[in-house]
Amino acid sequence: MIGGFTTAHLLYLVQSIWWTLVLSALAFVLGSIGGFAIMLARISPRRWLRRTALVYIEAIQGIPLLILLFIVYFGLSVYGFQVPALVAAGLALMVYTSAYLGDIWRGCIEAMPKPQWEAAECLSLSRWQTLRLVIIPQAMRLALPPTVGFLVQVIKMTSLASVIGFVELTRAGQIIDNSIFQPFLVFGLVGAFYFILCYPLSRWSQSMESKLNVGNR
Amino acid sequence: MHFSLNFSPLLPYWPVFLEGAWLTLKMTTVAVFFGVIVGTLVAFAKRGRSRVISRLCAIYIESVRNTPFLVQIFILYFGLASLGIRMPTFAAAALAMIINIGAYSAEIIRAGLEAVPRGQIEAAECLGLSRWRIGWHVMLQPSIEKVYPALTSQFVLMMQASAIASQISAEELTATANTVQSDTFRSLETYIVVALLYLALSLLIKLVAWAVGEYAFKRRRVLRLAAARAGRPVSDSRGLDAVVRGGAA
Repeated sequence: MIGGFTTAHLLYLVQSIWWTLVLSALAFVLGSIGGFAIMLARISPRRWLRRTALVYIEAIQGIPLLILLFIVYFGLSVYGFQVPALVAAGLALMVYTSAYLGDIWRGCIEAMPKPQWEAAECLSLSRWQTLRLVIIPQAMRLALPPTVGFLVQVIKMTSLASVIGFVELTRAGQIIDNSIFQPFLVFGLVGAFYFILCYPLSRWSQSMESKLNVGNR
Repeated sequence: MHFSLNFSPLLPYWPVFLEGAWLTLKMTTVAVFFGVIVGTLVAFAKRGRSRVISRLCAIYIESVRNTPFLVQIFILYFGLASLGIRMPTFAAAALAMIINIGAYSAEIIRAGLEAVPRGQIEAAECLGLSRWRIGWHVMLQPSIEKVYPALTSQFVLMMQASAIASQISAEELTATANTVQSDTFRSLETYIVVALLYLALSLLIKLVAWAVGEYAFKRRRVLRLAAARAGRPVSDSRGLDAVVRGGAA
């Protein structure tokens, strides 16, 4: 028996937004930590470290997230770790996010003028002090718009976690659609929810970007 | 529990993998070709005089860019099927990819068009060029050249996003992986092989894009040659590359 779309369905969808947000936050926080490490490795004075980070970034950026999810999910279970889908999805997203964020942030750090480094050296700041006190605070302003823009990507990426059975917005949509078979309505609604989450962030990122680019235009 | 990787059961399946990779490549090529055409038209339409059309274009771009590809493909495939329009999975997947890449490349190309200096267009008008020739020679060609790196990285992302088409069981690389792993019970190995294949495809697309860029943008070659003769290194201006960062997901 195929029923109609009821408020119970709507409530279920709205509740699942929470899990999309949790997964996005998890991926973003973990990915930021990883991305920061990758960024440090990419600008390290040691050549092998730079090379390794470059290979990592290129490799991860060449593999679809879906495949990465499968590798983490099956990889963990095959070695005897039975983890919840949230953890597997979080880990895969972390690996993926860290490669992109590391690359974005490296660009921002490298965009800082060389004299800043030299001046810090003249003040006898150590390398870490230079980064922490001089370079990173200035690079942050540059990094914020692309980072927020990437956050939109992260939110959209979490939809793939539905594939390994994590019940977030997309999966909830699939479950409802399987019971009432109104794909146009259900997935349209799911898309609308994603839009509501992502659009303000996109706009914010764009407005910051145009503010920053005033000098360039 | 002890487990060791064993790739040998996958050996007999290599033609299946290759076929999947071929289909992925075919889908990406179709999507890129038509997607860029759609994107160019939308980019021009968005800048056009008609406010209604430019508003419609903005709605199209923003709604595609702010929803996941997975949901788009579900709406297109299951949604249209429920309205009585049935299409083969390949067509549905390719159509979804064209719609997706159309929006992203429209945004990228629009950024390039915006970077064309106003004076150049005015100069072209003074020379009596027709509107079409201004659009093609003065606006589109230089802006494509400027945003080419951003476009190609978008193509690579699109190729990766095509993995999502496995969810409507289009028989591309990821879907073949799902079949093979349920045949052999070697899930981890299968996905590692597929990951490497995707990596190879990404490199292939980058290589082809680079070669096409070398061939198509004559100005770049000439400049480099001149710089080499003068003994100077070429300074590569990649302003817009960082600004327009896309993502299909």
